[in-house]
Amino acid sequence: MHEFDWSSIPGSLPFLWQGMKVSLEITISAVVFGIVWGTLLALMRLSAIGPLAWLAAGYVNLFRAVPLVMVLLWFFLIVPHLLESLFDLPRGADVRLISAITGFALFEAAYYSEIIRAGIQSVPKGQMAAASALGMTYAQAMRLVVLPQAFRNMVPLLLTQGIILFQDTSLVYVSALADFFGAAYKVGDRDGRLVEMLLFAGAIYFVLCLGASRIVRHYQNKLKTA
Amino acid sequence: MISMNKVSKHYGTFQVLAECTTQVQKGEVIVVCGPSGSGKSTLIKCVNGLEPFQSGEIIVNGISVGDPRTNLSKLRSTVGMVFQNFELFPHMSIIDNLCIAQLKVLGRTREQARDKGCRLLDRVGLGAQAEKYPGQLSGGQQQRVAIARALAMDPICMLFDEPTSALDPEMVNEVLDVMTELAQEGMTMMCVTHEMGFARRVANRVIFMDQGRIVEDDSKEAFFEHARSERAQQFLAKILHH
Repeated sequence: MHEFDWSSIPGSLPFLWQGMKVSLEITISAVVFGIVWGTLLALMRLSAIGPLAWLAAGYVNLFRAVPLVMVLLWFFLIVPHLLESLFDLPRGADVRLISAITGFALFEAAYYSEIIRAGIQSVPKGQMAAASALGMTYAQAMRLVVLPQAFRNMVPLLLTQGIILFQDTSLVYVSALADFFGAAYKVGDRDGRLVEMLLFAGAIYFVLCLGASRIVRHYQNKLKTA
Repeated sequence: MISMNKVSKHYGTFQVLAECTTQVQKGEVIVVCGPSGSGKSTLIKCVNGLEPFQSGEIIVNGISVGDPRTNLSKLRSTVGMVFQNFELFPHMSIIDNLCIAQLKVLGRTREQARDKGCRLLDRVGLGAQAEKYPGQLSGGQQQRVAIARALAMDPICMLFDEPTSALDPEMVNEVLDVMTELAQEGMTMMCVTHEMGFARRVANRVIFMDQGRIVEDDSKEAFFEHARSERAQQFLAKILHH
C-alpha cells in the first residue's frame, strides 16, 4: 500500500504559482489572439471572394486534423530558429513561452473560427438585409449589427473553449516549459512524490475548471432569460 | 422616381421575375399584391438592390440599380425599407436603432440624430419607449419603430415588404394608420401587402403579380371594379370574401 506524503506541497507553492502564471499567460494570450484571428478566418470563410474562403477553409481543416501536441512540437522546433534568424537573437535564448503561445493561438484560432462562423450564421439573414437597406456597407453591417449579436450568443461557447484551452496548456510539457502541470511534475520528480503532486495538480485543475464552467452556465442561463 | 424595364431574375431554371416593367411617379402609392410565391417581395427587393437580377434595368431617382459602378450602399441610404419581420437590431435600444445609420452612414452628429429620432418616435406614437429594447415592445410597436427608423434617413421613397403579415390582427391597424398618414403626406411608396382596405384607401395604383409576371398594373378603381385577368379576379374573390 502506497503511503501518501503531502509534505512537499507547502514548500513548493511559490514555484507552483510561477507555473500557474505561465499556464494562465498562455491561456489568456491564446484566447485573445485566437478570437481575433478566428474572427478574421470566419469572415474570410463566409466571404464571397473564392480564394479567401478557400484559404480559410484549408487553414481550419489543416489545424483541426492534426493533434495539438504535434503542432506544439513543430512550433517548439521551428519557431526558435525562425525568431533567431529574424531578430538576430543570441543562440539558445529562451523562446519556449513565445513558441508555445504562437502554437496554441494558431491552433485554437481554427476552433474559434468555427464557433464564430456558426455564431455569425445564427444571426437571422434579415438583420444583414436591414442594415444594408439603411445604407450600411458590408463591413459596417458586420461590425455594428451582425458581430455584436453573434458574440453575445457565442460567449458561453467561447468561454468553454477557453476552459478546454486552459487544460490543454499542460501539453507544453513536451517543450519542458514549466507551466502549472510541468512545475508540479518537476517537484514530484525531485522529491520522489510524483503521485501526490499529480493528484494535487489534478485537484487544482478540477476546482478551477469546474468553477469556471459553473460561471459560464450561470451566464448562459441569464442569456436565455434575457 | 422608380422605373423598371423588363426586369428578369431566375434561380437556375426557376423564373422568379419575368420581364417586369412598371413606373412609380413621385408621390404615388403603389400596392403590389398577388398569391404567395408570385415574386412580389423579390420585385420590391430588387428596387434597392437587396436582390440581384439578371437582366433588365431599374432606375431609382436617375441611378441605375443594376449597374456594377453604382454605389449601392449610397443608393440604399436614400430608399427606406420596412420588412415583414421588423428586423430591428435587438442589441440596441429603440433610440439607438433610429440613430445608428444616421451617425454611421449620413455622418450626422449625435444631437442631430437623437433629435430626429425622438421627433419620429413621437410621430409614430412611441416617444415614451425610446430607451427600451425591441424585445420589450409588441409587434405593432416594433413595426412602427422600423418605419420611424427608415424615415430617419430622410428617404426619397419607401418600400414596404408585407409590413403587417407577421402581426397579430389587432395590431395591423396601428401600422396601417402610420402608413396611411405617410401616404397622405405625399411620400412615394411601394407596398407589398394583402391589406386590400389599405389599397382602396390610399393606393393610386395596384400591381397584381402571378408567377413572376406583372399581370395587372392599373388604377385601384379599375383593379377593384373590373380586373381584366381571370387570375386577378380569382384572387380578389378569395381575399375579399373575408
